[in-house]
Amino acid sequence: MSYSEKVIDHYNSPRNVGSLSKDDENVGTGLVGAPECGDVMKLQVKVNPETGVIDDARFKTFGCGSAIASSSLATEWLKGRTLDEALEIKNVDIVNELSLPPVKIHCSVLAEDAIKAAIADYKRKQAQERSQAEEADLTPAVAERSGA
Amino acid sequence: MKFPIYMDNQATTPVDPRVLEAMLPFFCERFGNAASRNHPFGWEAEKAVDLGRQQVAELIGASPKEIVFTSGATESDNLAIKGVAEMYREKGNHIITVVTEHKAVLDTCKRLEKQGFQVTFLPVRRDGLVDLDQLSAAITDRTLLVSVMMANNEIGVVQPVAEIGRIARSRGVLFHTDAVQAAGKVPFDVDRLNVDLASLSAHKMYGPKGVGALYVRRKNPRVLLTPGIDGGGHERGMRSGTLNVPGIVGFGKAAAICREEMAAEGARLLGLRSRLWDGLRQRLDEIHVNGSLESRLPNNLNVSFAYVEGESLLMGINDVAVSSGSACTSASLEPSYVLKALGTGDDLAHSSIRFGLGRFTTGEEVDYVIEKVTSVVQRLREMSPLYEMAKDGVDLRKVEWQR
Repeated sequence: MSYSEKVIDHYNSPRNVGSLSKDDENVGTGLVGAPECGDVMKLQVKVNPETGVIDDARFKTFGCGSAIASSSLATEWLKGRTLDEALEIKNVDIVNELSLPPVKIHCSVLAEDAIKAAIADYKRKQAQERSQAEEADLTPAVAERSGA
Repeated sequence: MKFPIYMDNQATTPVDPRVLEAMLPFFCERFGNAASRNHPFGWEAEKAVDLGRQQVAELIGASPKEIVFTSGATESDNLAIKGVAEMYREKGNHIITVVTEHKAVLDTCKRLEKQGFQVTFLPVRRDGLVDLDQLSAAITDRTLLVSVMMANNEIGVVQPVAEIGRIARSRGVLFHTDAVQAAGKVPFDVDRLNVDLASLSAHKMYGPKGVGALYVRRKNPRVLLTPGIDGGGHERGMRSGTLNVPGIVGFGKAAAICREEMAAEGARLLGLRSRLWDGLRQRLDEIHVNGSLESRLPNNLNVSFAYVEGESLLMGINDVAVSSGSACTSASLEPSYVLKALGTGDDLAHSSIRFGLGRFTTGEEVDYVIEKVTSVVQRLREMSPLYEMAKDGVDLRKVEWQR
C-alpha cells in the first residue's frame, strides 16, 4: 500500500500525541474502536470554560498509519474551535485532506466518532457538574427550611 | 548494507546467481522443446530436463520418475487433491486437512466439498501443531486422503509429518504434504516420512518463479491421479503442457545447491534467527512468538508486538521488507487466519510480523533490524492508548469497546 505524503507526514511527526487529565472537569475523552478490529483511538479535548473554545486536543492511537494520521489531523483541526464548530468536522473532510484510499475510509469514520465521543463526554461532565452544583445550592435551603 | 533489506523469504527468495547461470543457455541457444524427439534441439532439452528431474528427486529421496513438473505449488496442491479425489471417487469421499493450510489446499478442499466430498478441517493446538489423536480419530473407512503441510508459510512450524505418514499408511489412506516451505531447508525424505504426494516450488528455494513439482509415489502404494490439464500427455499423462525447460533446469540446480548446503546453511540461519529473537526480547517487553519455537523452520520468526498495530509497524520499518498478519495488510481485511487458529487473539494477530531469513541474510542486517524494530515499537507504544491503559493496570479484555 502506498500512502499519501500527508499521511506519511502525520505518521512521522504526529501532532498532539499524549494525554490530558481525565479528572479535569474541562476535559472530554473519547475512546473508540476495538483492539480486535485493529484500531483504537483515544481523543481528548480541553475546553476553556470562559469562551467555550477548545484550547487543547490530544490523541493516542493504536492502528495503521492512516488511523494515526486521521486522529493527528483531527486534533489539529479541533484546536480553536467551539464545540459546535468541532462537530462540523466530517469524515469526508479527513478523507479529502489525507487522500485516503477507499479501504482506509473507516479510519476517518473512527476519527469523527472519536471527536463526537470526546465532546459528548465533556458535555456529560458539565451536566453532572451543574446538577451537583444545583444539589449543593439546594441543600442549605432545605436545611434552612427544616430548621425554621 | 544494501537497502531495503529483504527479510521476507517465506514469500519468495531471490534466484541464486548459480541457478541463473545454469538457466541462461536454455533461452536463446538451447531452446528446444523437450518433447521433440527427432532432432538435437529436442534431445538437448530433454537431457536438461532429465538432469533437473534427477536433482529435484534427489533432494526429497524420490525416484526421478515420481516427479511431475508443474507451474508451481498451487497447481501441485490442486493436482494432488483434486486428482486423488476424482481418481478414487468410488473408494471414498472424505478428505482430512488442517485449518492452517495454505489457501491452495483449503480452497481446493472447499471446492470439492461443493462437489459432494466431505472434508474435515482439523484445528491446531496453541503451538500451531496438529493433534495426532484427533487426526487419527478423524479417519474413517471413506477417507481417501490426508493433506497436512510440512512447514507453515506464516509461522514456520513444522508438523509431525513422520507420525502423520505412519498413521496414514497404517490406515490405508494416502498422505499429501505441501512441502513448499520445508523442502531444501530441512531434511525431507518421502520414504522415511511415508509421504505419497508432495508439492514443491522452485522460487522458495532460490530457483525461478513459475515452476514447481508434485511428487507422486510410484510403488507401495502406486498413486494414480486424474489429470487437471488435458493435452499432449506430458509428465506421464498427469500434466500436459510443454515443459518449462529453463525453469526446470533452474529448479534442479536450486535443489542441488540446497541439498549440498542444507546442513551448514540451516545451522547458520538458526544462529541468525536466535540472534534476532534474543535481540528483540532483550529490548522489548510483551512480545510473543507465534507457534512452536522448537518445531520450526530455522529461518522463520513470527512475533506479535503487543499494543502495536502491524501495518503501522511496517510503515515505520519501511527499509526492511517483512510481512504482517494484520488485517490492514491483507486484501481480505481480516487478520491472519493462521494466527487466529492458534487462539492468538485478534488484537495480537493485528500486531504480528513475520521475519523470513534467507541465504543472503547477514548478521549485520539482523542487527540493524533489531535496532530499527525496537525503536519503532517503542515510538508506537508511546502513541498507543492500549499500552497506556495496560500500564495503568486496565485489563483490556474487560473493557467494553465501542465498535
